[in-house]
This record gives sequence, structure tokens and C-alpha cells, in this order.
Amino acid sequence: MTLQTVADVLAGACLISGALLSLAAGVGLLRFPDLLSRMHAATKPQVLGLLLILAGTALRLQNTIDTTTLVLVGIFQLVTAPVAAHMVGRAVYRAGQVRADLLVVDELGEDRPNGRSPSR
Amino acid sequence: MIVVGVIVSTLLFAAVSLVLIRIVRGPTTLDRIVAVDVLLAVVVCAVAAEAAYTRDATSLTILVVLSILGFIGSVSVARFSPRSRR
Repeated sequence: MTLQTVADVLAGACLISGALLSLAAGVGLLRFPDLLSRMHAATKPQVLGLLLILAGTALRLQNTIDTTTLVLVGIFQLVTAPVAAHMVGRAVYRAGQVRADLLVVDELGEDRPNGRSPSR
Repeated sequence: MIVVGVIVSTLLFAAVSLVLIRIVRGPTTLDRIVAVDVLLAVVVCAVAAEAAYTRDATSLTILVVLSILGFIGSVSVARFSPRSRR
């Protein structure tokens, strides 16, 4: 049981859990009723799953240059995923593709003239 | 590590199949954008898992390009997607 074996087992656990999160996102994307809840499912492989798989890759490669590249990819994903999700969510809301009966609170709709979300 | 490779590739294949079903069905453009975003994230996961499996760092630069591509794609399509007419 060398240190290499321990690192390999840890890397395998990280890779499998990241792939499981990707599968969970696929199931959620297919089964969830409207776009905002599908976006909730979509963030799983984008952030946690990707970070787990990058950690597993770093554990396998064990090289400073490669680890730096992986950290760069992870940071970039962490910075850009909220921006992209914000843009998509805004477009979804304005296009009126939100199911109002599934919303718990709709603060954007309260500010609108008729007090309702632009849902179909 | 072979077992891990088989498990991970099976899981990622199942995930990609489900996401592709959503892309084909997906009633509106925005549904498809979200699904394509997920598809790209799964592809990034697959490339990274391949690099981990073979201990070969050649494909790591692809990851940087793919993450930038996904961001630009989803933001630009969401920005210019047409609004529904009521």
C-alpha cells in the first residue's frame, strides 16, 4: 500500500463521483418540469462534478505544470458559470418561459406593472 | 484503474445520452442552450477523465478552450435569443 496506490484510489473515487454527478444532471435535465429547475440540475457537472474530476486528474498526473492547467480550468469554470447562468436565467424569465405555479417567490414579478411574471 | 475507467465512461455515456434526448426534444431554444451547456461540461469531464486514465497531459489544453467556448456560446445565444410574443 504505497502512497501511489492511495493517490490512485482517491483519484478513482473522485472520478466516479464526478461522473455520477454528470449522470444526475442528465436525469434532472430530462425529468424536471421547467427551465429554471433544469438549470438547477445543470449546475451539477458544471461546478462540483468538474472540480471533482479535475481533482482526480491532478491526483493521477502529479505534475506541477499539469496541476496549474487544471486549477486554471477550475477557476475559469467557477468564474464563468454564474455569469452564464445569470444570462440564461434572465433570458428565460423575460421570454416568459417560467412556470409561475412552480415559483415560491417572484420578486421580479412584484416590480412589474401588473404584478405578475411574464409566464405563458 | 481499468474498473474505474469502465465505470466512469459508462456513467458519462449515459449522461450524454440523456442530455442529447433533451437537446432533440427541448421545446425552446433556451432549453437547448442549457442542455448544450451541460453537454459541454460532460465533454470536459470526459476529456479530463481520459487524461487521468492514460496519465497523458496532452489533452489538458483542450479543457481550457472548451470552458471558454461554453461560456461564450451560452452567453451570446442567451443575449440574442428572441423574446416570445404574447
